[in-house]
This record gives sequence, structure tokens and C-alpha cells, in this order.
Amino acid sequence: MASIDYPLERPRPKEGEFSFSETLYRWVATVDHKRLGLMYIVTALLFLVIAGLMASVMRLQLAFPNNHVVGPETFNRLFTMHGTTMVFLVGMPFVAGLSNYLVPLMIGARDMAFPRLNAFGYWIFLFGGLLLYFSYIGGGGLSGHGSAPDVGWFAYAPLTSKAFSRGASTDFWILGILVAGIGSVASALNVIVTTICMRCPGMTLTRMPMFVWVMLIDSWLIIIALPPLTAAQVMLLIDRFLGGNFFNTQAGGSAVLWQHFFWIFGHPEVYILIFPAFAILSEVIPIFSRKPLFGRAAMVGAVVAIGFISLGVWAHHMFAVGMTSWSNTFFAASSMLVGIPTGIKIFNWTATMYGGKLRLDTPMLFCCAFLLQFLVAGLTGIMLAVSPFDWQLHDSYFVVGHFHFTLIGGLVFGLFAGMYYWFPKATGKLLCEKLGRWNFWLFVIGFETTFIPMHFLGILGMPRRIYTYAPDRGWDFWNLVSSLGVIAQAAAIALFIWNVIDSIRSGEKAGDDPWDGWTLEWATSSPPPEYNFEKLPVVRSSRPLWDLKHPHDPDWKFEQ
Amino acid sequence: MALAQTYKGDALTLEQGWHMPDRGTVGIAFLIVTESALFTIFVVAYLVYIGKSLNGPMPKDVLDLPIVATICLLSSSITVVFAEHALKKGHLGAFKLWWIATIALGLEFLTATGIEWHKLIYKDHLTIRTNLFGTTYYSLVGLHASHVIVGMVFLLLVMGVTFAGFPIQTQFRRVRFLSWYWHFVDAVWVVVFTVVYVVGR
Repeated sequence: MASIDYPLERPRPKEGEFSFSETLYRWVATVDHKRLGLMYIVTALLFLVIAGLMASVMRLQLAFPNNHVVGPETFNRLFTMHGTTMVFLVGMPFVAGLSNYLVPLMIGARDMAFPRLNAFGYWIFLFGGLLLYFSYIGGGGLSGHGSAPDVGWFAYAPLTSKAFSRGASTDFWILGILVAGIGSVASALNVIVTTICMRCPGMTLTRMPMFVWVMLIDSWLIIIALPPLTAAQVMLLIDRFLGGNFFNTQAGGSAVLWQHFFWIFGHPEVYILIFPAFAILSEVIPIFSRKPLFGRAAMVGAVVAIGFISLGVWAHHMFAVGMTSWSNTFFAASSMLVGIPTGIKIFNWTATMYGGKLRLDTPMLFCCAFLLQFLVAGLTGIMLAVSPFDWQLHDSYFVVGHFHFTLIGGLVFGLFAGMYYWFPKATGKLLCEKLGRWNFWLFVIGFETTFIPMHFLGILGMPRRIYTYAPDRGWDFWNLVSSLGVIAQAAAIALFIWNVIDSIRSGEKAGDDPWDGWTLEWATSSPPPEYNFEKLPVVRSSRPLWDLKHPHDPDWKFEQ
Repeated sequence: MALAQTYKGDALTLEQGWHMPDRGTVGIAFLIVTESALFTIFVVAYLVYIGKSLNGPMPKDVLDLPIVATICLLSSSITVVFAEHALKKGHLGAFKLWWIATIALGLEFLTATGIEWHKLIYKDHLTIRTNLFGTTYYSLVGLHASHVIVGMVFLLLVMGVTFAGFPIQTQFRRVRFLSWYWHFVDAVWVVVFTVVYVVGR
């Protein structure tokens, strides 16, 4: 049962009445969680396009053997900036943006717990990102060496020491990411406190939407896993600027310690990045299967389990550095352990669809593709968790294929599902369904064409991060196929951007609840007013809107 | 709208019995969690590099137990609790007294650290670039000292506004959060003391 008042006339902000400078001021000075959420997502999309263009240039370079589109130095900068941008400036702001926009709406709150901290988080993230990109102009440093960072996104020691990385490019990498990381921690703290303290009456933890649960655990991982990166980066700064010896092997320091510290952050980070996709699927699949989420309690248990187990698997990135066989065994076992809760999640999403009344709209299409692609990514992940297998394929294109299957096939497909699903809530307009289908199929075809061949290339022995290769290796064909896939992917992204612009201008009006939803965000108007809810809702089950729409058969009669 | 339905009776019972934890309390608790993760990495780096320095000076040659400084910092945790209790009971005079005592004890700790660093740098010629011990020692102790300084800034801020006549008892919650942060800084010192001056020597 719930009590939500729907007055006939709602006051809506009239954007047309403001001049350009006033509108700009309203966005820059805002502390509204919805505006900040949208700013995060738009910024992330912008960086996605930039990082995608970098990837396209790299694929163009690798399309043919002995190609000379870019030189080796530029290629190093491209893959470093591509990886860093995708992880820190695309993935992280999507986490923050989605949780900012949706968590308060879903738990029936009027704003985040700390609105000003929220605005601080966005702006410091943005300027961290800009600082990283300023390296293209300012990265030369006093000695005139280098421009953008070229040490790879995990910046292994001792490559990052002053001796091997002259100029200021590595310092831009350190400081840009450090500053953006402060923003991520601020936003994650805010999500945790909001979820714990701002829930509307009746919204107990057992009734909380699965999206909010996943984002809560995601934020937990962020506040636990990001400080180790910050600490390691501070150590690197001490080494570079004060002459410290943390990672200076000539003074007895350990380069492997950097790897440990980096992956203590780095492995939870990939779960931090994939969790938003888990969160989106857990909302979209039930709505488009017309069934409540299968095994809710098991889903919460699985995500909490991942939140803890993923903190103890980091060294599976380091099987090839020569750890003890005990370490290898431990980290191989713990990595496989994490496959169990992930398997539970895949099973439960599939079981939600089983016997449901499926509606294959664009958000659901992206979810179906996610399930298949993420399953493949998980299986190649289990293969790489076997340390002897990893010794064969470490640092090969097999690994590149594996993590692009998780992060593109998983995360980006999940994000597309989410954007198609919640776009009507944020703008009041539906995205064009026909363009959406084109977007989906082009992206699937492009994605599979680009990334399946990378697995073959890895098995054929092609190492990561080479800028070109000789024609007699047998890598020509699959590299060309892989590069051709980029065209379809780029077309899909361009279609999406066009779809967004066109739909905002002249899209079909969505109404407040276009998908017949069950969670609280569909109870308010589209777009929601600044205060979200005129009267705070009261909920009695995990599907408050189902209860409202079916007063004779409400969930709260059956839920504990 | 068709969805509009109200169940007034139930809504009232729910709203009357609905209490959420305080935002500030949860916020400061998780801030401490994330700060602990930061300190953990520096502590681990220190532990990993114990005895790995290729040249001297070594910890056992140059480090003395900072007994007085440690007693001061740990006592300041007690005085800040007394100050908090005095403020809760509305005894503003006692609050000011205990608060100043806390600041004095914190200042004594920072001064002792300064004297120790001065001795290490100028007498023992141990700098952050000398060896692994120097690098890890100054980083870990420095990270802790910078947290003490942040705590001091806020302690002084509270003292300043109190003596300027601001009714500080209206901000009891915030004073309590500050005292929690101060306890955290003290607890970290217990770890740093154990690692640097007991295990590492």
C-alpha cells in the first residue's frame, strides 16, 4: 500500500522564461541531484566519444601490417589515454550519474543527503578529467619530453619513475586521476548516506529496489577500493617530486608492490564499473518480463558477496610476475569463487525472463545481449583465472578481448539499456524506437565483429600494446575484421546521439509512466520537479506502484 | 489521476514509527572507513619495507620512543570527551577549559613531531630520499601528522567561534563529529606507533 498524491496540475519549471546566461547559471550553481546526475552522464558520454575516437585510430593503425597511421609514441599515448578515460572518465561518472539521478527518486527522497558535497564531487571530477587532457598541451614539462601520458592505464613501476618518464606527462596522469578520484569518493559517500538515512516511510532495506541495493554495495566498493589507488599515487608523487624510494628498485624498493597496490584498487574497480549494469538489468528485465525479480534475496546476497570477495582477488592480474605458488593458488581459487555469485545473478535474470510476458523494446534488447556477452566474458574470465592458462595468454589480445567483453559487452550495453529505459523520465520524451533498434543491431554486429577476433589473435600470439606487426604472423585477417567492426560501432553511437537530440526536440511525449513501472521514480512527473515528490510516499512492498495499480492484489499481502 | 489512492490510517502509523539514522553520524562513520583504507596502504608499505633499506641510518639507530607525545595525543582523546560532556550539560566554562586542554595536548604532539624530524634531518641526516626507511617513515608519520593538523584547524575553529560568542551548544552534533574524527586520528597513532616504533625497531 502506498499513499502518493497526484494533484491535477503540477507546477513545472518553465525553461523558456530564462535567458541563456540565467540557464547557464542555474546549471553551474545547481545542487539538485537530478541536474548533477544528468551533468555526470552527459560528461561521461562526451568522454566516451573522445575515447572511442582514440580506439578507432588505434584500430585503423592495426588494420594492416606495417601500417603507418600513427607512430609508436602516439600509439602509446592513445592506448593510455583510451584506457584511463574509459575507466575514470566514462565508467566512474556513469556510476555517479546514475546513482545520483535515480537513488533519491527510487527511495522516495527529495535530494541526496549532502547536496553541496554532491556538486563538489561533480566539479572536482570534471576538473580532474580536464587536468588529464591538459597534458596534451602542458605535458611537455620543463625538459620538453612527452605530451600525454604514455605509461598505460595501470602505469607500472619503474616505467613511471623520473628516469624513464621524463617531463610532466605522468604527473598529469597521477594528479588528474587523484583529483577525479576525490570526486568519486565524495559521490559514493553521499550515495551510502542517502541510502541509509533518507528512505521514505516504509522503505525498509528488504523493500528497497534492487537498483539501490546494487548502487549501495557499489559505493561501498568505491570508498574501500579508491583510497589504495590514491595512496599509491601519493607514493608515486613522493618518488617523482621528493626523490622517495617507494618504487625505486635501485634503493631496494619494489616495482611489484606498485602492482599489488594498483590491483587492490584495480580489480574491485572492474566490479565498480559493472555494478551499474547489474543494477540496470535488475530493474529493466522484470519490467519487460512483467514478473517480479526472481530470487530477490539471493540477488542481494550475491551482490553483497561480490562486494566482499572482489576485494581479495587482485593478484590474478599478476600471475606472470613470479609470485609463490601458494599466492597463485589462492588468487586463482578466490577468482573462481567470485564466479559463483555472478552465476547466481545471471541465473536469476534468466529465471525472471522464463515464463514471463516478454516485451522486446530497445532496453530489453540490450539486456538480452548483455546476458549472452557477459556470460562469454565471465567464461573467458574463468579461463584466465587458471594461472597456468594465464601464463600462456597474459598480456595478449585474448585479455583485451576478455575485458572488452565485460566492459563494452557488459557495462556499455547495460548503460544503453538504462539510457533507453530512463530517458523518458529525465526528459519527458520517448527515444525513437525504430532508431533504437538500428542502434542496437549495429552495435551488436560491430561489437561482435571487433572483439571476437581479438580472442583468436591472442591465441595466435599477438601481444597487447604493439603499435604494428609484421605481415607473416597470420594476424592480418583477424585484425582487419576487428577494425571493420569499428565502423558499425561508430555508426551505432552516432545514431544514438542523433536519437537523443532528435527525441528531445520532437520526440513522442512519454507521460509519467511509459513502461508501466513498479518503482517510485515512475510515480512522479517526467521530468520530476525539483522537490521530486510533493508528499513523501509511503511504501509497504518492494513494488509500491504495483500495489497502487492493483489495489485488490497488492504485493504487501504476500511479502514478509 | 487513476493512481491516486490513499490509505490514511496505515500511512499515519508508518510515519509515526519511522526513524532513519542521522545523516551526519553515518557520514562521519563512512568517512572514517575510507580514511582507514588510505592509511592501511601506507602502513602496509611501511611493514613491507622494514629492514629492506640498503644503507643507513636504520630505525634502531635513530628512533627514540615518543612517550610524552604519545601520552599527550592519547590524553587529548579523553579531554575532548570531557569537553563534549560539558557541552551536552551546557557548562560552557568547563567546555572551553577542556577544549583548550585538547588543543594544547595536540599542539604538544605536533611540536614533538617537529623536534623529532628536526633531529632526524639535521643530526642523523635522514631525509625522505636517504633510504627506504626514510621514505616510508616520513610518508606514514607525515600522513598522520597532516591529519592531526586538519583536526587542529577544526578544533581551533570551534574555539575561535566559541570565544567570539557564538552559541556553540546549538552545534553539539558537529562538535561530537569532530571529536569522533579526533578519536580516529588517535587510534591511527596507536597503529603508527606500534608499526614504526615497536615492530619496525
